[in-house]
Amino acid sequence: MRALLDRVGAGETLCGDGAWGTQLMARGLAPGDGFEIFNATRPDLLAEIASSYLEAGAELVTTNTFGGSPLALATHGLDDRTEELNLAAVEAIRGAVAGRALISGSVGPTGRLLLPHGDTPPEIVLDGFRRQIAALVAAGADLVCIETMMDLEEARLAVRAAREVAAPVPVIATMTFDPTPRGFFTAMGVTVEQACRGLEEAGADLVGANCGHGIEAMVALAAVFAEHAHTPIVIQANAGLPEQRDGALHYPEDPAFMAARVPALLDLGVAVIGGCCGTGPEHIRAIRAAIDARRRRLS
Amino acid sequence: MDDLERIGESLQRGDHHAVAELTAAAIAAGVPAIEILERGLLAGMDVVGRRFGAHEIFLPEVLLAARAMKAGMDLVKPRLVSGAAPSRGTVVLGTVKGDVHDIGKNLVGIMLEGAGYEVVDLGTGVAADAFVETAIAREASVIGLSALLTTTMGGMREVVDRLRERDPERRIKVIVGGAPLTQAFADSIGADGYSWDAAGAVELVRRLLEAA
Repeated sequence: MRALLDRVGAGETLCGDGAWGTQLMARGLAPGDGFEIFNATRPDLLAEIASSYLEAGAELVTTNTFGGSPLALATHGLDDRTEELNLAAVEAIRGAVAGRALISGSVGPTGRLLLPHGDTPPEIVLDGFRRQIAALVAAGADLVCIETMMDLEEARLAVRAAREVAAPVPVIATMTFDPTPRGFFTAMGVTVEQACRGLEEAGADLVGANCGHGIEAMVALAAVFAEHAHTPIVIQANAGLPEQRDGALHYPEDPAFMAARVPALLDLGVAVIGGCCGTGPEHIRAIRAAIDARRRRLS
Repeated sequence: MDDLERIGESLQRGDHHAVAELTAAAIAAGVPAIEILERGLLAGMDVVGRRFGAHEIFLPEVLLAARAMKAGMDLVKPRLVSGAAPSRGTVVLGTVKGDVHDIGKNLVGIMLEGAGYEVVDLGTGVAADAFVETAIAREASVIGLSALLTTTMGGMREVVDRLRERDPERRIKVIVGGAPLTQAFADSIGADGYSWDAAGAVELVRRLLEAA
């Protein structure tokens, strides 16, 4: 497996994986105490999900560590198990991945608000990200994927932490944007231009967007990123916003719908295309096929 | 600008020190608490809510304004109670089981209190039964459910279902909110209402209780 930065530097587009939370729930696990505890208790299910994404064609496989920073784990009383749960997340999927894909260490928001909007000092957030990322990289994560960020300051602290504890490891940093009549903003009011500048300056190798409002909004968002980013772009879309149907959560965008919008992302030069909430192996299979169709045409 | 407008203006800027000082001064000058609340604090929050709805300002500004609102409310509230302003009704609030995000829920709580509702905040990770039992025990009119994660919003349906078992006449209303939610989702689980933001939630509660 060639390194991420070589491949995207050569103009390739890589296929990411899909969601983990919704996949765990599909296997009957409830998110009551957070999903990270399953790294210790159900590594078999994590290996199974990783295998399903590899088999579907994912070239990056994410660790189940979205809420794995000590501040996020503290909400379930698990902060003293930060190192253990992040190590276990990589170990659980390493065998399944077996060098056929890159292991992407997921780092999500702490769930806390930084001063002055909340009560959390930046040093505590930075230190927490350092602990989480050091554990992920020590266990063998090939890259760090900071995602679903809404506060640019928090995202920058995560990027900084990655640069400090794992300087040579590539860092992806993506934020979540909402479409408004005035353009795209994160919930904290960050624009795409501010995100690009702030994340690149902090040391991110790739920037972009994840989660959000479905693949069509992501195409529009990718166009704004293409204007402002100096680094390669990452887009990982939700399968739309969920609805309740027949007693279960239903994500409206099926694999064919999402894959049909992949050429537009490729036209914009997006370097990594994957899924977020509600996407599963079938979405990834369809996205990979759309990426491959373009690769073949170019080769 | 008079003194009460100055409270509202400081609140919009998120200056909680100025709001506390000006509110204390108004109280000392004998301005009735209800007037400080309505012409000062709520008038200011109203502008904040409108600008948020128009995407001119975002969460950081609203959070600072809410903190300033609370600084004023803490001074005004004890005088409101003794001023015999009757509660407009009780709202039980919480973030559903499995979810720990509470920024939006807290904002809704502050806005509802400001609008004169009694708020029982159950916090985060709240089980369906706790919502239902608390609402019945406290004779609440509305249950407000919050979720930020697509993986936890499914738990809202359980609250609605449990509540309908205990309250078949649908005297207690359920409203829902949170980043991944939509009106369509609210309809699909049988909730009585959905709001995109905190100001809208207050309006929604008012509408539901008027119709009741």
